[in-house]
Amino acid sequence: MVNLPQKPFFPHRHLLGIEGLSAPDIEILLQLAEAAVELSRQVEKKRATLRGRTLINLFFEASTRTQSSFELAGKRLGADVMNMSVAASSVKKGETLIDTAVTLNAMRPDIIVVRHAQAGAVHLLAKKVDCAVVNAGDGAHEHPTQALLDALTIRRNKGRIEGLKVAICGDILHSRVARSNILLLSTLGARVRVVGPSTLLPAGIERMGVEVFRDLQSGLKDTDIVMMLRLQRERMTGGYIPSAKEYFRFFGLDEDKLKYARPDALVMHPGPMNRGVEIDSMVADGERSLIREQVEMGVAVRIAVLEALAGHLPNG
Amino acid sequence: MVENEFPANASASSAIAHQPLALINARLIDPEALEERVGGVLIIDGMIRDLGAPVNPANLPVYARILDCKGDCVAPGLIDLRAFIGEPGAEHRETIATATMAAAAGGVTTILARPDTNPPVDEPAVVDFLLRRARGTGRVRVLPCAALTAGLAGIEIAEIGLLQQAGAVAFSDGARSIRNARVLRRVMQYARDFDALIIHHAEDPDLALEGVMNEGEFASRLGLSGIPREAEAIVLDRDIRLVRLTGARYHAALVTTTLSLDIIGQAKAEGLPVTAATSINHLTLNENDIGDYRTFLKLAPPLRHEDERRALVAGVASGLLDVIVSDHNPQDVETKRLPFAEAEPGAIGLETMLAAGLRLVHSGELSLARLIAAMTLGPAEILGLPQGRLKIGAPADLIRFDPDEPFIVDKHKLHSRCKNTPFDEARMQGIVKCTLVAGEVVYEAK
Repeated sequence: MVNLPQKPFFPHRHLLGIEGLSAPDIEILLQLAEAAVELSRQVEKKRATLRGRTLINLFFEASTRTQSSFELAGKRLGADVMNMSVAASSVKKGETLIDTAVTLNAMRPDIIVVRHAQAGAVHLLAKKVDCAVVNAGDGAHEHPTQALLDALTIRRNKGRIEGLKVAICGDILHSRVARSNILLLSTLGARVRVVGPSTLLPAGIERMGVEVFRDLQSGLKDTDIVMMLRLQRERMTGGYIPSAKEYFRFFGLDEDKLKYARPDALVMHPGPMNRGVEIDSMVADGERSLIREQVEMGVAVRIAVLEALAGHLPNG
Repeated sequence: MVENEFPANASASSAIAHQPLALINARLIDPEALEERVGGVLIIDGMIRDLGAPVNPANLPVYARILDCKGDCVAPGLIDLRAFIGEPGAEHRETIATATMAAAAGGVTTILARPDTNPPVDEPAVVDFLLRRARGTGRVRVLPCAALTAGLAGIEIAEIGLLQQAGAVAFSDGARSIRNARVLRRVMQYARDFDALIIHHAEDPDLALEGVMNEGEFASRLGLSGIPREAEAIVLDRDIRLVRLTGARYHAALVTTTLSLDIIGQAKAEGLPVTAATSINHLTLNENDIGDYRTFLKLAPPLRHEDERRALVAGVASGLLDVIVSDHNPQDVETKRLPFAEAEPGAIGLETMLAAGLRLVHSGELSLARLIAAMTLGPAEILGLPQGRLKIGAPADLIRFDPDEPFIVDKHKLHSRCKNTPFDEARMQGIVKCTLVAGEVVYEAK
C-alpha cells in the first residue's frame, strides 16, 4: 500500500496508456475506483465533479461495453456526454484523424475518449487538442482502462496483486488488452506469463518481462488468474491458426484445462466472448468466472479515470 | 523563388567559363587513395587540370581566378544512386528544380533519378523527357534510371536496349521488388547482353506485407506489426543465386541487415559482379528513433535495431558496402500526418546526407575519406562515370565544406518541396560552402 496525500493528485493530463504510469499513479486510480464502486451501488449515483463539462466519446471502431461504460461514467459525474461514431461519418468523407481532432477541439470539449484501429492514433490526436484525452483502445497498442478494471477486479477478489501468477492466454499478437495488462500487472508486482501459439505471440515479447508458454498445460500451472483473450473471427481461418475447432481443442479454456491452474484460480475475459472458441460456456458462466464483475468494475474505473483527470481540465 | 536563387545557367559564369579557377589552401579528400593531403585544385574548361601542392598562387597563371578555401575540405561532389525527384507525375512532392537545388546545397552533384514515377520511366520518351527537363531546370547532373520491367509490374522485360540508347544508365523497379524469380532471371539474362546494370530493391512483399517497422521488441511494445530482417535476406539471397546463374551486373539498392551483409560478403568473395548500398538513414538512426510514433522515421525498408546499424557502419568502413544513398523520398503533410501504420514511408535526405554522414566521422566510427568514397567513387565506379574522383582529367564536380562547423537542422530552410526530414532540429556538424558542377559554381553558402 502506498500512503496517499489527503486529496489524491494524479500527475498526468491525459491517460494514453499504462506505459508511463508509476505504481503510485495506478494506486490512486484504483482507490478512486473502489469508491466509485460504492457510488454505483447506491440509489443516488450522481456526483457533481464534472458538472458543466463536456465529454466526447470518439469511437472510430465499434464498441458496446467500453463506449457505454464511459458514457455512464461521464453522466454519473455530471458531465454532458456526446457519442460520436466516426466510423459512420466524416472519415468516410475523407476527413483525416487530425482534421477531426481540430474540428472537435474547436467545440471546446473538456475530455475526449478515443478508440481507433491504429496504434499511436490516440497519441497523435492528443497532440492536436487542448483537452484531456483518454485512450479507449488504439490498435494493438494499449487499452489502459481495461487493464485498470482487470487489476481492480483481481484485487477485490484476491486481496492483492503483488506476487500473484497471472496467465494471459490467446491472441497476444493483436491484443492491446494484453499489452496494457502486462505493463500494469508487472508494475504492481504480479508475475505475468503469456500463453498462445507462436503465430499469435509478438516478436520479442519475452523482453517485456513475461514468461512465454506455448501450451495451456504448462502455461496455467500454479496460476492464480487465467485471463482469456478474444480471438477475432477473421483470424480463425488459416492465416494464424488452422481453424476455430483446432484452436478450441488446444487453447480454448474448458473445465478440464482449467484444472491445470491452482484450485482457487479465477477466470477473466475482457469480452466480448467467442463461446466455444477461446472459452467454454461452463467456465465462462461458472462460479470461478469474474467476467460479469469485470463489467461492473469497468464503469467504476472509468469514473475514477475521469475524476483523476478532472484536476487538469481546461479552465480548471 | 528559391529556384532562381542561383541560376543554373548564369550568363556571368558562362562568360568566364574558360577562365581557369583555382581552389587553394584546401584539405583534399581523395576517395581513390583513401587519404587526405593539403593543396589545391586547378580547373580549366570544367575539368581538373592539376592537383595538390603544385596548385598554389606562385604557380598559377596570372589570369586564373583564385578561391582560397582557408583549410576547408575539398572533395568530389557526391553521387546519389537513390533519390525520388518527383518528375514526371509527382510535382507536388518534388521537381527537378527543387531536388537539384537541395542536392547542390547538400553537396550532391549527380543524382540517379528513381524510375517509379508516374508514368514510370519505362519508355525511351520518358528518358528523353527527364534529360530535357534536367538540362532546362536542373542545377546538378540528373541521370535517368529506367524500369526493369514494363510498367514496373514485375511481369515483362522493359525495353532495356532502347532505354539504354535513350540515355538510361541503370535499370531498376525503384522501391518495388520483383516477386517472380523466373521474370528476374530473364531480366538478368537479357540485361547482361547489354551490359546493363540492374539495381534491385530486395524485399519479399509477402513477408513484409502488413509490416510498418522493424520486427522486434520495440514494434511489439508499440503495437505495430513488424517486418523481419529475413524479408530482405531471402530475396537478396535469391537474387545472388540468379546473378551466379546469369552473370548480370547487380547492385543491391538498399540493404539494412547483417544477414544481407553476409550474403553480399560471400558474393563478393566469389567474385560475382555484385555491389551494395545502404542509406544514410540506416547508418545514423535506429528503430528507437521512431519514439512516439514519429512518421518521419517511417522508412522502407524500416529502420533496424542498433546492432544492425553498427554492422552497416562497419560494412561501409571495410568497403563491403560500396555506396551510401540518401534514399531521398519527399512526402507531403497529407501522407505523413496520419497514424503511423497509415503514413507513407520515406524521408528527404539529399541536403543532409553529408552532414549526417559526418556524424559517423565525428564519433570515430568512420574515416572521412571512407565516408566520401562511399558517396563518390563507389557510385561512380558502379555507373562507370568519370566524376566522383579527385584526379587530373576528371570532371570538376567538386564541393568545399567545413566538416566541423555546427548547425541545427531547420526543416523550413531545406530546399526540398517537402519537409519530411528525420533530422529536424538535430544538431549536426559540417556545412557545404560551395558546390561546383563541371567547374561552375551551382551553390554557394551565404
